[in-house]
Amino acid sequence: MANLATPSDNLLDIRNLRIEAKVYPPGEEPRNITLVHDVSLTLKKGKVLGLIGESGAGKSTIGLSSLGYGRGGVRITGGQVFINGRDILTSGKSGIRKLRGREVCYVAQSAAAAFNPAHRLMDQVVEASLLHGTGTRAQAEKRAVALFKKLSLPDPENIGKRFPHQVSGGQLQRVMTAMALCSEPDLIVFDEPTTALDVTTQIDVLAAIKDAIRDTGVAALYITHDLAVVAQVSDEIMVLRHGRLVEWGGTRQIIKEPRQEYTNQLVSVHEITHEEQKPGTTPFLSVKNVTAAYGGGAVKVLKNVSVDIYPGQTLAVVGESGSGKSTLARAVTGLLPPLEGNVTFAGRPLANRLADRTKDDLRQLQMIYQMADVAMNPRQTVGTIIGRPLEFYFGMRGKQRDARVAELLDKIEMGKGFIDRYPAELSGGQKQRVCIARALAAKPKLIICDEVTSALDPLVAHGILELLLELQKEEQVAYLFITHDLATVKSIADSIAVMYRGEVVRYGSKSEVLKPPFDAYTELLLSSVPEMEIGWLEKAIKGRRMESAGN
Amino acid sequence: MLSLTRIPLGAVIGLIFTTLFLLTAIFAPLIAPYGLGEIVGQVWEPSSANFLLGTDNLGRDLLSRMIYGARTTIFIAVLATALSFSLGSILGFTAAVVGGWFDMIMSRFVDLLMAIPTLIFALVVLSVLPTNIFVLIMVMGILDSTRVYRLSRAVAVDINVMDFVEAAKLRGEGRRWIIFREILPNALSPLVSELGLRFIYSVLLLSALSFLGLGVQPPAADWGGMVKENKDGIVFGIPAALIPAAAIAALAISVNLVADWVLNRTTDLKGGRGNG
Repeated sequence: MANLATPSDNLLDIRNLRIEAKVYPPGEEPRNITLVHDVSLTLKKGKVLGLIGESGAGKSTIGLSSLGYGRGGVRITGGQVFINGRDILTSGKSGIRKLRGREVCYVAQSAAAAFNPAHRLMDQVVEASLLHGTGTRAQAEKRAVALFKKLSLPDPENIGKRFPHQVSGGQLQRVMTAMALCSEPDLIVFDEPTTALDVTTQIDVLAAIKDAIRDTGVAALYITHDLAVVAQVSDEIMVLRHGRLVEWGGTRQIIKEPRQEYTNQLVSVHEITHEEQKPGTTPFLSVKNVTAAYGGGAVKVLKNVSVDIYPGQTLAVVGESGSGKSTLARAVTGLLPPLEGNVTFAGRPLANRLADRTKDDLRQLQMIYQMADVAMNPRQTVGTIIGRPLEFYFGMRGKQRDARVAELLDKIEMGKGFIDRYPAELSGGQKQRVCIARALAAKPKLIICDEVTSALDPLVAHGILELLLELQKEEQVAYLFITHDLATVKSIADSIAVMYRGEVVRYGSKSEVLKPPFDAYTELLLSSVPEMEIGWLEKAIKGRRMESAGN
Repeated sequence: MLSLTRIPLGAVIGLIFTTLFLLTAIFAPLIAPYGLGEIVGQVWEPSSANFLLGTDNLGRDLLSRMIYGARTTIFIAVLATALSFSLGSILGFTAAVVGGWFDMIMSRFVDLLMAIPTLIFALVVLSVLPTNIFVLIMVMGILDSTRVYRLSRAVAVDINVMDFVEAAKLRGEGRRWIIFREILPNALSPLVSELGLRFIYSVLLLSALSFLGLGVQPPAADWGGMVKENKDGIVFGIPAALIPAAAIAALAISVNLVADWVLNRTTDLKGGRGNG
C-alpha cells in the first residue's frame, strides 16, 4: 500500500530512510552503526500513524527525520523524505528553516523540560507563527486562545500569561500541543507526549490531542512504547524493532490479529499470573495512624495512614503523583520521621528517625528506586555495589564476598561477567536488576519498590516483575510496591491500598479492592488505564464521575 | 589502557614541561652550575658561554638562581595547594553532608575570610608572624582552602541528594563512607580542574608576596623575588626580570594542560574503557 503513490498524494513520504551514527566502542576503532535500516512510510493528510517499539527501536529518530533533524551525532545517510512533494533532505538550510515550525511541528516527551522557564507561555506558543510571518501577533494570540479552549485548558484567556512552572504537567503538555498547532502545520510529530504523565492525566491529554487532531485536520506521527495508548489515537500502526520495520497495518489489524511474533509479544505483554495469597494472622510490619509533613508540619502529605504488611506478601500502594505514596515509603524507612503515629516491626515499635534505628533494623528494610541509574554510584562497579551490603551487614570479605556476589548476579539472571562493569555500561533493565540484587544482598524481610518499572519499556518491565515474583517465592521477602500503574498492581499484589491526597481511600486484599462497587476515585484510576481496544478512550471519558487531581 | 599514543598533543607538551620543572626542582643542587648566592660576575652581564642566561642585579648566575628558584617556588606551591585541598574539600564535604549548624558556621566563617582580599590578608598576617617557610605555607594554604571549600561544598550538596547517597544512608553507612566513597569519587572532576588552577594561583600568590618582600627571604631564590630583584634592569633593556616571569607563565600553562587531560579521563563513567 505504500510505494505506489506519487509524492504529491501523500503529505509525508519517507523512502528507504537510512540513519547512521558513529560509536566509540571500548578498546576498538570508532565505527559506524546503522540505527534505521531502509524504512519507508507514507502518511496522508489528516491521518495519524503510530510508531511503536522499545527504546532503541529508532522510532524517535524516524520521527525527527521528518523535520530533517538528527539528534547529536546522528546522520541521515540515505533515502528521501518528501513533505508536500518536496524532498526536504536536499532542500538546504533555508528550506529546512521554512519547514520546521511551519509545515511540521514537534511535541516533546517532557514538556516541563522543553519549555523555556524564563518566558511566558503565550510568547512561546506564538513564536513560530510570528517568525514565519503567518499573521500578526494579535491573530496568532487569538488562534492560541482558541486552541487553549479546544484543549480544555482552564482559563484559556489568561493561561498564556503564566510561566511554565505555574501550570501542572498535564496542562503543560496540552499547551505544548497548542504551540505545535498554532502555526497551523500540516504534520505534527508527537514524541511520547503522555509517557511522563499519570494515568488519570494521560487520559485527559490523550482526549485533548485526539480532538485537536480531528478538528484541525492535521496529520500526525505518534511515537510511543504503549500500544494501548497508540490504539486510541492512530489510524495505522507501525511496529519497529532495532531500526527495522516489523509490521505495518491498520490499528484494528495490529492489535486484534498481529501477524508477527514480536507484535504479538507486545500485545500480550501485560499478563502475569500471580495467585493472591491470603493475609496471614500477624503482620510483621504495621504502619499505624501515621501523619507526616514537610516543612516542619506546614504541608501535611500523609494523613492518618494505617497499613499492614504480611511476611512474604506484596502490598501495592496506588495513586497519582502527589498522593503521598512515596512519602509513605519515606516514613517507613525513617527518612521522614512521622509527626504522629508509628511503625511497628516484628511486634515492637521502630524508631521514627533513621539515625536511631539499629543496623539490623536497617538491614530488614531495603529499598529499590524508580530511576536505577541515579540509585547506583556511577563510580562503583557492579561488584562493589552488590558487595557493599554483604561487607557492611555480614562482614564478608574477599573470596567469600565475591562468591556471594556471583550467586546474587545469577539470581537476577545476569552473568558473572558483569562484576567489573560500571552502571553506565548496563542497559536500563540490567541496572534495575542490579538494584534488586543490592537489596536482596541484605537478606531483608521487606523491600520497598518505588515505581521500579515505570521508567522501563513494557517488555523489560515485564521481566523485572516476573523476577520480583520469583524472588519472593524463593526468599520469602515482602514487598511494599508503590506504583501508579494498575496493570502492574493487578499482576503482582496480594493486597492494595489506594491513596488520594495523602489518605488511604480504599484498602484490603486485591480481590476486595478490585471488586465493585468502587468509590469514585478507585473507579477513576481503574477506568483510566488504557485498554487495548479501539474506542476505549471515548467510553472512558464518558463514564467518568470525577476529575483527576492533576487537572 | 594508558597507551602513550592516545594522549593528546596538548597533554604531552604539558606533561613534558611539568616533568622538566619537577626534575629541575628535585635535582637543583646537581644541575645548577654555580651556588645559590655565589657572586660570579659583573652586574647584569648578558648571556655568554659561562652564564647561559646572564647574571642578575648582584652579579649572581641567573640560570643557577632560576634552578634553585624552581625548587623553592614549586615546593611551597605544592605544599600550600595540598594543604588547601585536603582542608577545603574535607571541610566542604563534611559541611554538605552534616548540614545544619555546622554548615552554617563553617560557611559564614569562610565568607568572612573571603570578604578580605587574599593578598592584603596575607600581607597583614605575614607582617605580624615570623617569616619562615612553614608560616608561609600555612597562610597560603588556609587562605586558598576557602575557595576549595566553597567549590567542594557546592558540588557535594548536589551529590548528597542523589538516590545512591540516600541508599547508602538507608543502609546505615557512616559519614566517612558517604564522604570518601560515595561523594568524593563523583566530585573529583570539578576538583581536579580546580586543582590545576589553584596550584597556579599559589605560584602567583607566592610570587606576589615575594615581589612585595614578604614571601621567600633573600638570599634564597624564588621566581617572584627574582622578578623584584631584577625589575630595575628593565628600563635599561636588560631582560633578567623577564626570565623568571616567563618561567612562571610556562609552569602555569603546562600544569593546566596536564590538569585538563586528567579531567577528561576522570569524567569518563566507564572506568576509562570507552570514550563516552
